[in-house]
This record gives sequence, C-alpha cells and structure tokens, in this order.
Amino acid sequence: MTTLHPPPELRDRTPPDPAGTGSAGREGPRRAGRSGGGARLGRFLRRRPGLVAAVVVVVLVLTAAFVPALLAPGDPAVGDTAQRMLPPGPGHWFGTDHLGRDVWTRVVHGAALSLQATVLAVAVALVVGGLVGLAAGYAGGRLDELLMRGVDVLLAIPAILLSLALITALGFGTVKVAIAVGIAGVASFARVTRAETLRVRRSLYVEAARAVGTRRLTTLWRHVLPNAAGPVTALAVLEFGLAILAVSALSFLGYGAPPPASEWGSLVADGRNYLAVAWWICAMPGLVIAATVLSVNRISRALDGEWGRSV
Amino acid sequence: MSLPYLLRRLGLAVAVLWAAWTVSFVVLYLLPGDPVATMAAAGDGEQPSPAELDALRARYGLDQPLIVQYGTKLWAALQGDLGISFATGEPVRSAIGAALPPTLQIAGAGLLVAVTGGTAVALAATGSRHAWLRQALGAVPSLAVSLPVFWVGLMLVQLFSFRLGWLPAVGARGPGSLVLPAIALGLPTGALIAQVLAASLTRSLQSPFVTTARAKGVGEAAVLLRHALGTATLPALTVLGTVVGNLVAGSVVVETVFTRPGLGRLTVASVGVQDIPVVQGVVLFAALAFVVVNLLVDLAYPLLDPRITVSGGAR
Amino acid sequence: MSALLTVRDLAVSYRGTGGPVQAVRGVDLDVAPGEVVALVGESGSGKSTLAQAVIGLLPEGGSVTGGSAVLDGTELTGLSGRALRTVRGARIGLVPQDPGVGLNPVQKIGTQVGEVLRTHGLADRRSAPARAVELLEQAGLPDPGTRAGQYPHELSGGMRQRVLIAIAIAAGPALVIADEPTSALDATVARRILDHLDTLRRELGTALLLITHDLAVATDRADRVVVLRHGRVVEQGTPAELLAGARDPYTRELLDAAPGLAVTAPRDRPAVDGSGTPVAEVRDLVKDFPLPRARGEWTRGTHRAVDGVSFTVARGETLALVGESGSGKSTTARLLLRLEDPTSGQVLIGGEDVTAVRGEAWRRLRRRAQLIYQNPYASLDPRFRIREVVTEPLRAFSVGTARERDARAAELLDRVALPSSVLDRRPAELSGGQRQRVAIARALALSPDLVVCDEPVSALDVSVQARVLELLAELQDRDGLSYVFISHDLAVVRRVAHRTGVLRDGRLRELRPTAELFTDPRDDHTRELLAAVAGRRAGVVT
Repeated sequence: MTTLHPPPELRDRTPPDPAGTGSAGREGPRRAGRSGGGARLGRFLRRRPGLVAAVVVVVLVLTAAFVPALLAPGDPAVGDTAQRMLPPGPGHWFGTDHLGRDVWTRVVHGAALSLQATVLAVAVALVVGGLVGLAAGYAGGRLDELLMRGVDVLLAIPAILLSLALITALGFGTVKVAIAVGIAGVASFARVTRAETLRVRRSLYVEAARAVGTRRLTTLWRHVLPNAAGPVTALAVLEFGLAILAVSALSFLGYGAPPPASEWGSLVADGRNYLAVAWWICAMPGLVIAATVLSVNRISRALDGEWGRSV
Repeated sequence: MSLPYLLRRLGLAVAVLWAAWTVSFVVLYLLPGDPVATMAAAGDGEQPSPAELDALRARYGLDQPLIVQYGTKLWAALQGDLGISFATGEPVRSAIGAALPPTLQIAGAGLLVAVTGGTAVALAATGSRHAWLRQALGAVPSLAVSLPVFWVGLMLVQLFSFRLGWLPAVGARGPGSLVLPAIALGLPTGALIAQVLAASLTRSLQSPFVTTARAKGVGEAAVLLRHALGTATLPALTVLGTVVGNLVAGSVVVETVFTRPGLGRLTVASVGVQDIPVVQGVVLFAALAFVVVNLLVDLAYPLLDPRITVSGGAR
Repeated sequence: MSALLTVRDLAVSYRGTGGPVQAVRGVDLDVAPGEVVALVGESGSGKSTLAQAVIGLLPEGGSVTGGSAVLDGTELTGLSGRALRTVRGARIGLVPQDPGVGLNPVQKIGTQVGEVLRTHGLADRRSAPARAVELLEQAGLPDPGTRAGQYPHELSGGMRQRVLIAIAIAAGPALVIADEPTSALDATVARRILDHLDTLRRELGTALLLITHDLAVATDRADRVVVLRHGRVVEQGTPAELLAGARDPYTRELLDAAPGLAVTAPRDRPAVDGSGTPVAEVRDLVKDFPLPRARGEWTRGTHRAVDGVSFTVARGETLALVGESGSGKSTTARLLLRLEDPTSGQVLIGGEDVTAVRGEAWRRLRRRAQLIYQNPYASLDPRFRIREVVTEPLRAFSVGTARERDARAAELLDRVALPSSVLDRRPAELSGGQRQRVAIARALALSPDLVVCDEPVSALDVSVQARVLELLAELQDRDGLSYVFISHDLAVVRRVAHRTGVLRDGRLRELRPTAELFTDPRDDHTRELLAAVAGRRAGVVT
C-alpha cells in the first residue's frame, strides 16, 4: 500500500503538512529542480502501470463518446441476421446480439449518451453541492447549521431512492435521469466542500495571512480556494464513477432513453433474455462500465495527493 | 443513560423523518408532471375526458391547493395513513407491508454476507504476514465498488444457474434462491465495510498503543484482534446506517435482476406508472430504517467506547 | 563488570524511494546491569531507531543490515518473531514517548498492566488484577485500586506515563528502555516522573537506557552519556567528563545550545528605557471561552483562560510570558494582537486604545504588531513560493511596486541570514529552521514595533533553536524591536528576556526582571517551575 516508510526520527522532522505537499529532506533543503518536471512525470507513471492503464481506458471512452466512428465505423442499429448471437471472436470481438448487431459497435456508440448523462449529473452535484458547502463553511453559524441539517436529511434517503422519486416526478429520459442522479449526489459534495473550506479557513497559514493584514476576500481567493480545490476535484472524479454506476442502473431499469437509442445500462438489460445462450451480450457492456468506473476511481486516487506525495 | 437525552435523541429522529417526508413531498408533488393523466392513460390507452380527470383528481385530493394537501397528508401520515395507491387503490401501508418480508429476507442475508465478508477481507488485508497478500486484498474493495450490481447479479446467474446449475436463477422459493441475490446485494456494501474497517485498522495498527502492546511481548494475532480491532470497529459502526439504507435501496436492482417479489419490485412498478403515494411510502420507509439504525448505533456507542459519555456531549 | 546489553557495529537502514537510507551506521554500545545510559541526539540521529532495532520493533521498511545486539548471552538480531516475544516485556521493558497515545483507549488500565503478566505466564486470570494494582502502586500512581478500573482518558498525562512505567517493569526486566519518556509532559510533571524512574531503578536494580534529545536531562540522570549524530557515536563519557570538556565539536555545540546547561552566562542586554510611551500595554485582560454544551443542558459553561492580566512592553524590550500548557499564555498573546476579542479589559498599542477596533483600523494594526507562530510548518501556505510569502504583507498594504517588493524580499531574507536563492522555493523544500526564518522575515516586512513570538523555537532542534534565538536578539539590537516571547521553556526565556511573567490558570503570578526572578523567585509556582529545569546537576541554573 505504501512505498515509503521514513524512520520515525525522520518523521519527527517533517510534521503534519497541511496540503500533503511532501516533506523536507533529511538534512536541510531538498534540491527540487524545476527542470526535472517531465522526467518526474515519467518516473511517476512508470511506477504506476495501473494508473497508465486507467488513463488509456478513459481516453478510449472519451474517444468513443466524441468520435465513435474512429473506434467502430459500423452502424450500431443495423445487424446481419445471418450473424446472430456470434460469440466474441475475430470479426466481432465483443460478439453479436440476437439481431446480429455488433456488440462492440453498440457499446462504443452508447458511450455518448451514457457519458452525457454522467457529466450532467456530476455538474449538477458539483455546482449545487459545492456552493452549498462553500456557503456553509465560510459563513458558519446559523446558515451553516441550517444547510447542514438539510444535507443530513438528504443523506438519510438512499441515493437511488431519491433518484427514483425524482424520476417519478420528472418522467423518463437521459437528461431527467442525469438530473435525478445529480441531485442525489448534492449532499456528499456539500459535505466535502464544507469540510475542506473549514479546514483551510481554520488553518494557521490563513490566519497568518490575516495577521499580516491581507484582506478577507484576498485571503479567500489566494489561500482558501486553491487549497480546498484539490480534494473537491478528487471527489468530483470519484463522483463521476459513482454517477456512471447510478446512471447505468437507472438505464438498466428502463428509465433512460427510449429503445432505439442505446445506453450502457440498457444494453445489459437488452441481453438479459439471452443470458442462457449468449452471455456476452450482457457481459461485455457491463465489463466496459466496470472498467470505466475502476479507471476513474484510480485517477481520482492519483489526484487526491498521490502526485504531491511522490517525490 | 439519562431520560432527557433519550427523549431529545428520539425527537431528533422524528424531526429527520418529518424532513425526509417533506423532501419527498416537495419532489413528488411540486415538480411538474401530471400523475392523474398518466394513471388514466395507463388504464386502457383511451384518452380520458377532462371531467373524468377532474373526478380522479378530486378522489386523490389533488385538486386542493398544495399547502392544504401538505397539511392533510402530513396529518394522515402522522396517524400512520400513507394514502392510497394510484395504480391499485390499495392502501400504501398494506402494499408496503405485503412487499416487506421477502425484501427483509434478502436484505438480512445481504447484511450477513457484507459484514462477514467485509470484516474478513479487512482483517486479512491489514493483518496478513505477506505483503503481496495484503496488497492484493487491499485492492479487492475498490474493485468491488466499481462493479455494477445488476451486472454482477446477471453474471452470477449465468455462471451458477445456467452454466453450473447449482442454484435457481429466479424466484423466491427456498433458501437456495436467497444465495445469489444476497451475494449481489452484499458485495458493494461489504466493500464499503471492508474499506472503512481496513482504513481504521491500519490507523489503529500504526498508533503508539499497539507498539506498547508489542513491547509487552503480545503476539501479532492478539495485537490485531484484542487491540487494533477493538478501537477500529467504532468508526466502522458509524456507516451502519448508510449500509442498511443501501441494502434497502439495492433491493430495487437486485429484485429486478432475480425477478423476486418485494419492496424493490414494488418501487420499480410504481415509478413506471407515477404511483406517487407508493414511491413516497418507500422513501419514508428507507429513511425510517436509516434513522432507527443510527439511533441504535448512537445509543450503543457510549457502551462500546468509554471515552464517549452521554453527558459529556462528545460527538 | 560484564555488560547486560552489548551492541556491536549495529547498522540499520530504511527502504526509501531513492534507495536505502542508513539510519544507524555501525554503533557500539554497552549497558551494564543496573547502569543508566543516556542516548542523546537530535532528530534524525538514529537514537530511537537503535532502540527499536534492539527490541525488534523497527517500523515497516526498516531492517538491521549488520552487527549484533546481545542481551545477557542472547543474540537479538535475527531472532524469530516468537523468540523475540519472549524477550519483549519479559527481559526488556519499554517506556514509550507519548503517554497520551501509548495506552489502548478502550481497555481498562488494570487489564493493560495485567496483560504483560498473562502474556509471559507470570499470572493467571485471577491473580493478574491484584498484581496489576501492586505494580501501579509501585509506579507511584495514587489510589491504584480505583485507577485500575478506569480508562486511560480519565487519567492525566503524568498518571498515564506512570501506567506505562508499571507496564514496563511488570515482568521484572533486566533492562528498561525509556524513549523520550517525558518530552510530551509539562516540566514539573516530567521531573517527578524522572525522579520516580530513578528510585525504581535503584530499588529493582534494573538497567535503564534513556533516550533523549535533551542533553541537560541526560547529564542530570545518567551514569554515562552517549552522543549520537547521523547514526554514529560521536562521543561518550560520564556527565562530568562531558561537561568538563567534550572532545567532539558537535557535542560542544550541543552543550552550548542546551539552554539548561548554558555554560556561558546570559549575555548582557542593553538597558531598556522604560520611560517613554510603552509599545504595548494590556490592562485587566479577561478572556472567557464557552465550553461545549453538555448534553441535556441549555446553558453553556465558560472557561476563563485569561484572568485579569496586566503588563506593559517598553521599546526594545523582550517580555517573556512562561507557563505550562493551559496557563493562558498563548491566549494572552492572541488577545494582545487582537486575533481574539477580550471578554473585558483594554489593549493599547503605542498608547492608542485598540480594544475594539474593527475592519480597516484592525487591519492597519498589523503594520505595528506582528506574530511569529510556534509551528513553522503550518503557518506558511504550502502552495506559495517564499517570495510570495515574504511579500504578502507588502502587497496587502500596497507598499511599493512589484520590483521594489522583490528587492525588499531579498533584503529581508538577507537580514534573517537566508540566501536569496530560496526565494523561488516552496516551504516544503526548506528545513524547519529555514521556515522559521522565513516566518520571521514575513513578520518584519512591515517594520513593526512589536513582534509576538509564540513558542518560536519549540518545534526546532536544539542547535537550530540557538541560532534562531541569536537572530531574534540581533534584530532587536539593530532595530529596537520589542518582543513578547511566549514559552514553556524557562531555560530559553532566561537567555532572551529582560522581564519574565509567570502565568498559571490564566493569572499572572509574578512579573519581574528575569535575573531577579530566576535567582529569587517569590511565588511557589515559579519555584516549582525552576526546580524542574533540567541541568541542576551541572550546577548552572540555580
């Protein structure tokens, strides 16, 4: 899990470092050259093959979302009934479905809708939750109390049920599903943003900035925001993975885009009836969802200070 | 434990329930959408006349101003009346009551899987003597939370029912039919427990009191179980409310995958036809489960951690 | 006399990102039965690592790479886990560093003491509790019967350290290793603990390996002192030998730097002219903090942290406020700077009443009074370059153009004896002493009259401490700065302060010229504090 175990006596010398930006060397200053940035990135990535794979997966998913033809030139809606339910193999490496459609092509072309919904969901959660958290954390007092009690109530309702209630009211469709998932994620963003804002606001260097006469707004802008942004970004990426799961689950239950369009969740649902005879119709889209979520989570962990801690 | 504290704690729980009910009311009744039209259209596909729609609205009290609706519905809810289902005309309470037993079965079985599996993985991932095993097991929870539950369920069915023929694929007959749903339901929850517990076990193992124990000559197994686990379970307890909420919510997907009756299936069917009272009832039930579990955890905490006293007010 | 513990050419290294790091490089050490050996060094010297290697409790990533450690005929290096466990606790007892976290928080005291006995088969389920109470009594814990049934959080720091001592001596080991046993405790408590360890050792005939960063404590308590630097022994001898004349230059530096041992008399300070308007003055300062609301109660209690404190600070004067933790000294400093609002009383800066200034007037106050924090790691924004840190006050008051500010930054760094090459570094790239110099430069940027130093050197190694203190004195001589110097360390205060005030429970017990206070304390608490200062055996302080 950990790669570096400094002896405790070295640890004494490097006490809590508020932003986790690494630690001073054993005897005096570390000679960190600004020139070695590229080399450092290379070294960083070489030690983490998992992270590299995660980045590759995300790049592929993004490509699928924006230029699907690059990865799968075929038409996802057209199938050759003569080639129904072929197992994964050279011609169709994700196999074909009951209408002879290429599963790979359908997965690639489904990426756009699934990703759209996910991005929208995260954006809703980030903006609403972030503002609520920032307001609560910075204002404190009554407003903080009020907002956080509200957040507590939202947390008492399981996310997927809250989403389902919203869908009941809003109706079906990709965008509505996205909003439903986004609102269900507001509470966790609000909590993290508030905690980060509070942590930075109470940190000694912020007080020190005030104590040398820096104005309140300048302090917020120059010290609080940059130092609170890191963990919130990491959460946003993590939330992205959760949103992919939530959106695909709702789409699996049939609340997403209506039939001709395909989303990752509905692709799995489509394959359900043929599970006994053609497992790949279900398995492959699900595998892509899992790989994407796993990659996103890995990148989130890397963003959450792993780069800063590596020297 | 003092009585005023108990009363205040209970009052807080009731307040959360009221707020959750209000949130669901706001979401379900205030947002645009015409449940009556949906409901009438769902009947036979024929377009109902405006008069028929008005009659339906009047029947469910939907013609009243919202604030009046809120008042009457809240008053009814306080007396245990959650309204009548739009779709079946059945009282919501009895609909939920009928759907509850099978869901409690898989939720209970899922909890068992999650707690035993999660604890075992966490202990092995922190206490194993082999670094490679610790590393491999440490990665298991983050892998498990990345898998879509519905997909895991289907893959389990494909493997154990169709391929191997060991267990039934669908339905709710006999204890054998409980195994696969429980695994699918318990997997993400178990992963959550494993993550929280492993993190706090690691923290405990690095704390100086563990060094003191080792310096006494205490063996590694005893250090892990007697010293580290004792302090590590406490933070893990706080996620129990979330865990139980997740299990209730997870039944929505799992019951659909395994075609089992229960609360989840009821929810899915109700969302499909905009059966607002039933959806609200289910949301309220999930919030109730969360609140009750958290109340129990809170009350149990001072018994488990001597540092926290009820009158001391530590949170 | 044959040695109880014989360490020969021991080497320990840690796995690091840039290859193995040598922490201990070939150390020889002997401890005879019943002897007290002090292992002294600054952080990073390898003193704790050496002890951990002996009892086989190196942190993950650390390993013994050579040499041997023999305890009474048993080779300890390379011993299996099972065999080591029969040594730990039974033949070597450990008193760890921080009593606050050294005990299992959810287990009763008696059980934790009894565990040693049961682990080594010295008592069973029935006899262990009674033996545990006896041991607690032996360790000097008052009312041991009741304490045994309590949890660690119900005991004070000193009492917890006694519990840890009871655990260490429970199985009657031939050797007790005490790793900085008192560095987390207040001085008066620390002294009592060390006294008791001494008594116990004499009664039981146990050998003691005392690990400490404090040379004064070492010379006070040990039969023999071993000085470690960079994982090597640089000097050893009896305390008398060391004090009479250390051969090694590093040891001499440590001796000079150790405030309690200050062989050189405190330097003469130019007399302070106390006739003009004082730079700062507080009158009858009171601060109440609300206590957390107790459950089931509607009103909040309050805690009076500062209780009727008054003093003045003259131009060019250093006024020290000393006291143990919780005495209200830091709160007083924050009130003086108006970083906290007083409950009642007055704060005057340069004769002007600033007790209630707000907004822009409060901000302008920053030009006249500045603060240096205890922790140079947390008080600098980790994302800022040093240039930005030092010029931040100038930007806040729009002093000069960007180029002038840069020039001023270089000049300020020069004044605190840092090369201008650090301007483009970030705090994480500097050592603790360098960071504290940056913090001083920042405090001086606006040329204030008053600088409040809140434990400015307590987070630094002793030799670094001395240099930072010298710097502060130089700056005072040159610019006529006034300091309010907050410290728990009387020895440090004696070197820097013109006048010293002793705080306890928020009250100022006495405030007198430093030399007078040290030679003729009138208050009982002051006497107690002075008696606790290590280095008495050297006969320097009193």
